Amino acid sequence: MKPRILPLFTLIVALVWLMAPSVPAQDAVNAAADAVSAPAIDTGDTAWILASAGLVLLMTPGLAFFYGGLVRRKNMLSVLMQCFMAMCLVTIQWVVIGYSLSFGPDIKGLIGNLDWAFLKGVGPEPSDVYATTVPHTAFMAFQLKFAIITPALIIGAFAERFKFSAFCIFTLLWTTLVYDPVAHWVWGGGFMGADGALDFAGGTVVHINAGMAALAAALVVGKRVGSTYPPHSLPLAILGAGMLWFGWFGFNAGSALGANGLAANAIVTTHVATAVAGATWAFCDWIWHKKPTTLGMITGAVAGLVAITPACGFVSPINAIWIGLGSAVICFISVTFVKVKFGYDDTLDAFGVHGVGGIWGAIATGLWASTAVNPAGRDGLFYGNPEQFMIQVKATLITMVYAFVMSWILLKVTGLLTGGLRVTEQEERIGLDLTQHKETAYATID
Amino acid sequence: MKYVIAVIQPDRLEAVMQLLEEKEIHLVTVSNVMGRGRQKGIAAVYRSVKEAGSLLKKIKLEIAVNDEFVPAVKDAIVQGARSGDGHIGDGKIFVLDLEDCMRIRTGETGAEAIG
Repeated sequence: MKPRILPLFTLIVALVWLMAPSVPAQDAVNAAADAVSAPAIDTGDTAWILASAGLVLLMTPGLAFFYGGLVRRKNMLSVLMQCFMAMCLVTIQWVVIGYSLSFGPDIKGLIGNLDWAFLKGVGPEPSDVYATTVPHTAFMAFQLKFAIITPALIIGAFAERFKFSAFCIFTLLWTTLVYDPVAHWVWGGGFMGADGALDFAGGTVVHINAGMAALAAALVVGKRVGSTYPPHSLPLAILGAGMLWFGWFGFNAGSALGANGLAANAIVTTHVATAVAGATWAFCDWIWHKKPTTLGMITGAVAGLVAITPACGFVSPINAIWIGLGSAVICFISVTFVKVKFGYDDTLDAFGVHGVGGIWGAIATGLWASTAVNPAGRDGLFYGNPEQFMIQVKATLITMVYAFVMSWILLKVTGLLTGGLRVTEQEERIGLDLTQHKETAYATID
Repeated sequence: MKYVIAVIQPDRLEAVMQLLEEKEIHLVTVSNVMGRGRQKGIAAVYRSVKEAGSLLKKIKLEIAVNDEFVPAVKDAIVQGARSGDGHIGDGKIFVLDLEDCMRIRTGETGAEAIG
């Protein structure tokens, strides 16, 4: 019994320890009461950021159903549970150290320090640096939802064969050592933002980052047993894709950090690119496989959402058409030909769609960005500024290399801790729902 | 006693059931099955990956009857399930000898227990 009691005991000790420093929250409330001369809060901006925080959170259950519908029945719950558990684990990590590492006071452009650990000093008054018209807690909560969905995206690469214990450990390590630093580089006062790299809502931080981790995971974990893996419920996948599209308005337009014209531009560019990409992939299927497929359509829509993410606040709605079109064609090629050629088993194309779409989006931002759309942004190559294009390429390459190498190392470390990343072949054949969770998604006999 | 197994197109089930009813054959077990005959089915494509096993949805009927009812059962199924447009894929009927049968409630066996 001892080995089973030990984790429980550790958990209780950890909880008691975590409860102790609950004083700062009290301080923050007092500070707010005192701070009459604090920066002004704009109620419209605050309402939009709070609503956006909800919208972005909904993307993770949306992703869960998008991914869940595409796996086989025997693995449905494992995917849903991993996505939902990402919501639980990353939230804890975020309020303890994640937010401070990402957005806390800068150390040499590389990482935030731990001044804001346990949300110390993060209260209802606005921050001096981020979203200065909304409560700091609202900004923190909004950013948390990004930190949740990013590791959840990686699940798509190792679905149907990954140990649940390995998932939990890898998610915490990856969030701390990959997501938090890269978020800091781009948004938290780190070197990439200082270089002038444009990433409006997380193309680099979220999609390239998760996409490269996904590629590393597919390579390290290896192929699934068997040769054919048909989706068990496309209607659920379509429902999930719809939830993603809806939630993405918070992701992209919320990243304007205000209820303003820029947010409106981001909503429209997001919508247009997604619509174009969904239609384009369906037409690619129609040409290549003789029939338009629903899975192609929703995959295209997600590729469009991914690609427009870094660009949505810097490009015009009409140029969003080209970004959407490019994302569908490029991701279609990557999924149809590149994956087959190299033979890695990226179960749900987390790299093929999020990695490749994210890379295209980051580079496309360097092509079509315009200061006419966003005076705080920069002009891209097509608006007479080739330098911006090179900055985008550089930021993309650095993120790709860092995310891939670190993810590879963290997967190996996780594997050592859990005695291998994969379930046994027998467990894989039976399915993860029963072998990892002692449950099944659907009763077959009442 | 015979055991009749028929595999038919799903959209023909209603017609077959109605004809069986008219011929006073009430005992039938129906299941959803996957299968393929000479038309070979249609292979699904998911994100450009073509599935190997190309099967189509079919309905399987199982009917246990006394010998004299066999022609009526065959008639009902053929009449109900034949699409009549000359395309392959209407299905098949198999007739097997049935060794025994028992009604669980009463313990009756053989010809008595059927129907």
